[in-house]
Amino acid sequence: MEYDMRVDLAGVKLDNPIIPASGTFGFGEEFKEFYDINILGALSFKGTTQEKRFGNKTPRIAECPSGMLNSVGLQNPGIENVIEEILPRMRTFYRKPIIANISGFSIEEYQYCCEKIDKEKQVEIIEVNISCPNVKHGGMSFGTSPESAAMITKAVKSVTTKPVFMKLSPNVTDIVSIAQACENAGADGISLINTMLGMRINLKSEKPMLANGVGGLSGPAIFPIAIRMVYEVSHAVNIPIMGMGGVSSAQDVIEMMMAGATAVQIGAANLVNPYICQEIIDELPDLMKKMGIRSLKKIKIK
Amino acid sequence: MIREDRAFSYGENKINYNNKYEIISQHKIADNVFEMKLKKPLDYDNPIILKPGQFANIKLDGYFLRRPISICDWTDDTITLIYKVVGEGTDMMSYLTKGKVLDIISGLGNGFSLKDDIKQPLLIGGGVGIPPLYALAKHVISKNENLKDVSVVLGFNTKEEVFYLEEFKKLGLNVHLTTLDGSLGNFGFVTDFVANNNIPFDYFYSCGPLAMLRAVTELFDTDGQISMEERMGCGFGACMGCSIETKNGSKRVCKEGPVFEKEELIWNTI
Repeated sequence: MEYDMRVDLAGVKLDNPIIPASGTFGFGEEFKEFYDINILGALSFKGTTQEKRFGNKTPRIAECPSGMLNSVGLQNPGIENVIEEILPRMRTFYRKPIIANISGFSIEEYQYCCEKIDKEKQVEIIEVNISCPNVKHGGMSFGTSPESAAMITKAVKSVTTKPVFMKLSPNVTDIVSIAQACENAGADGISLINTMLGMRINLKSEKPMLANGVGGLSGPAIFPIAIRMVYEVSHAVNIPIMGMGGVSSAQDVIEMMMAGATAVQIGAANLVNPYICQEIIDELPDLMKKMGIRSLKKIKIK
Repeated sequence: MIREDRAFSYGENKINYNNKYEIISQHKIADNVFEMKLKKPLDYDNPIILKPGQFANIKLDGYFLRRPISICDWTDDTITLIYKVVGEGTDMMSYLTKGKVLDIISGLGNGFSLKDDIKQPLLIGGGVGIPPLYALAKHVISKNENLKDVSVVLGFNTKEEVFYLEEFKKLGLNVHLTTLDGSLGNFGFVTDFVANNNIPFDYFYSCGPLAMLRAVTELFDTDGQISMEERMGCGFGACMGCSIETKNGSKRVCKEGPVFEKEELIWNTI
């Protein structure tokens, strides 16, 4: 009996639903040293902006119970460098779909980057990050109201041809209304959730553990929140969802798909176990067999 | 938590890597400082250790992020780590005993690059910055014919914190000890000791607290290499958590570092 891991994500066919999440996988270069990353369903690259960015001051990482805080602040080499140097380099070792994660500080910047990256052949999906909690005047501020989320969606859709997924923040009171606003504005899919705002204080130094003060919480600590939000959004929209937030095992992947995700992104787990996506892809067929799941296209909650 | 057991509980597909290291011994060697020796897995598929100054990243039960610890020494089958208890994770680590198996990614970072044309290298370290200098010293010896041309200056706060002094001396090098309170060896800072005693050197390798590294950079005219420390997420270059700004652009301490050329560092950004 065959166990079919293939999924269809807004018309993009993936061999399996496993996608490393943006910001936890760079541009794949570090992970190719650990395993052949062509086993992945797709790959969402590091959030890219128009200009190159160093990001926030260090320390920008902190340990948390079942997770971590980061306040990296969108360090990236800028869209020109990504297109001219990194994507050609990626092509030498990676031939599966690329999901381009784009961030910005103005509508014009989102449009500029999305229009450019849309022309890249290997980029099959554009994931628009309106949910980065670590930058001021931009990032998350666009993703916290239905109106501004719709505005960015419309602006990006008007300059692109490829499926556009809006990546949403969990730091909102009503994520459903924001997802619906994106859908109504023409989004082809929704990615959720980005990190949850959090903070730790060092008792020895009596200072925040992060130089930035606050940062984004990721890891298994946020998994139940992600499941709840994916479940709520999937019942309110008719576009596909990439579910993420603390997913760390094949079981978590199935749970996320039961909640309503068409594909599943693996984030912080990559940073602790660089082999995690490979392990999950190896385990999935056996877990499907055990659970009597023939195809990942038809997973539903009872 | 990554539930490591799950990787092995399902599937006919064999997991094709092994990063399980078994503790051979663990000893307290100074105040809050421990030496842990581990046996490498047989079907070893981690990045291999190529240079002194590289580090190992250790998964501890109950903690999410790995703990990066510099590699003090290694053989074909073993690695030796020396670490200081600085928080809950390392405290928990200090209670682990022989036979315990740890998930470790080893051979991370760039390590020190041995220069060929150096006649009188100086190895200068402070506190738990000293361990990587031990493997470095062994490598330097293999390059320098006259051992007495190699100077090692080790600095600690107090005599209770001193470790590996005898190990360094056994290598036959010019070893000097300083303590901040003068309770053992020479009184004061390592940098002052080098300056005041005219220790001859034409290149330096350094690892220790930031204030010491800064002083080394400011006081020494010669070129040298400096091993930096920064709070890390992944330890292998993926998360961009540990970036620093250098004269050659931003660099990841875990990947392009932890060892940097003195000239590269921009101290007012650190």
